[in-house]
Amino acid sequence: MLDLNFKALGSAELSIPAGWLTLCHACDLPSRVGNVPVGGTARCPRCGSVLYKRVGDSLDRTLAFALAGLFLFIAANAFPFLALKMQGNVTHTTLSTGVRSLYEQGSPIVASLVLLTTILAPLLQISSLIFVLGPLRLGLRIPGQARVFRVLRSVQAWSMMEVFIMGVLVSLVKLLDMAQIVPGLALWSFVLLIPVLAAASSSLDAEWVWRRIGLEE
Amino acid sequence: MTPNSETSRGENLASCHDCGFVVALEGGAHHAATHCPRCHAVVHRRKPDSLNRTWALVITAAMLYVPANIFPVMRVISMGKAQEDTILSGAIYLLVHGMWPLALIVFFASVVVPLLKLIALTFLLISIQKGSSWRPVERTKLYHVVEAVGRWSMTDIYVVTILVALVSLGNLATIEAGLGAVYFAGVVVMTMLAAESFDPRLIWDRVRESNG
Ligand SMILES: [Zn+2]
Ligand SMILES: [Zn+2]
Repeated sequence: MLDLNFKALGSAELSIPAGWLTLCHACDLPSRVGNVPVGGTARCPRCGSVLYKRVGDSLDRTLAFALAGLFLFIAANAFPFLALKMQGNVTHTTLSTGVRSLYEQGSPIVASLVLLTTILAPLLQISSLIFVLGPLRLGLRIPGQARVFRVLRSVQAWSMMEVFIMGVLVSLVKLLDMAQIVPGLALWSFVLLIPVLAAASSSLDAEWVWRRIGLEE
Repeated sequence: MTPNSETSRGENLASCHDCGFVVALEGGAHHAATHCPRCHAVVHRRKPDSLNRTWALVITAAMLYVPANIFPVMRVISMGKAQEDTILSGAIYLLVHGMWPLALIVFFASVVVPLLKLIALTFLLISIQKGSSWRPVERTKLYHVVEAVGRWSMTDIYVVTILVALVSLGNLATIEAGLGAVYFAGVVVMTMLAAESFDPRLIWDRVRESNG
């Protein structure tokens, strides 16, 4: 039963028919998108913005990256990401320690922004991908998929893992004179999470997904 | 694959901001709205009140940018002595210690990027209000750049967070977030919201009008 569904979803009849109408999100020019080859990009003829990108095996690849991302995200939050050795004292830090210390010091605004951009937004990004694509992969449609997929779009801009790693790098350099820093397991999970998340969002074919989960019949 | 552009102007077409579905809007009003049949989001021809919202956010961000650079973002208290770091002195510290590639990155991410973002958005807003049809392709690209680089300004906020978390034992040294960090967080959020509320299609509306 399920196996048949797998095949049906991968088949060509369910790919986007050539010649569909789209408006450029940057300049509003209407265009018809032709047969975009796998790996190809259709650009707006007037302003050059990307109209559509075709990725091979989009559903499988995005889902695989999202699942790997979830695993890495859990590891990144469960284990200490840095340890600091200073005159015999060792401090272990997890990601949430920073947020908590900022909050306790009386900087709730900064603490919330860090919580949003390094924990909540990435978690929402990963879990909403799995929530939407997982059932699709099994040939199922469940209520709420469209709503969750809409959330994904607004959440992405606030997920800033790659910037966070830059912050880690700068902090390490600043602490070099002062103390010995031991990178923890979570730090490596973080470093891996960045390309995995980037791959998940670049292999996602949103137009294809919308055609599957859209509310119109 | 180059898409074929439509011969019709498609004056009453609008695309859904959330899912890209093309909807026919009734009436020619700029702000006519309907619900997207595919994702149920409200579809507007243009982002509502885009110019005013973007102006308000740009001005707020510009006002926050001053205290963000004047006040210390971080206070290091070590053996009774307190040392304060502003965003600029943090970058200079890296430079003095010979870490100039990192110093450059921090300087660009925290000082140059927010400033350029504000200047670029102001320029785009003014050019639209003046009805300019000057180089729309380049102005659209400028907007895409503004949209993409803004997030890197968070670097300094993360540095403060990590240092606060690591050096929090309290017996040897304490690191506290300073007032500058709060203002700086405000700058980042306001400029990101400003880029989000700006509608690049307004650049092209004027071009279309001036071409008749
Ligand atoms: Zn365009
Ligand atoms: Zn929609």
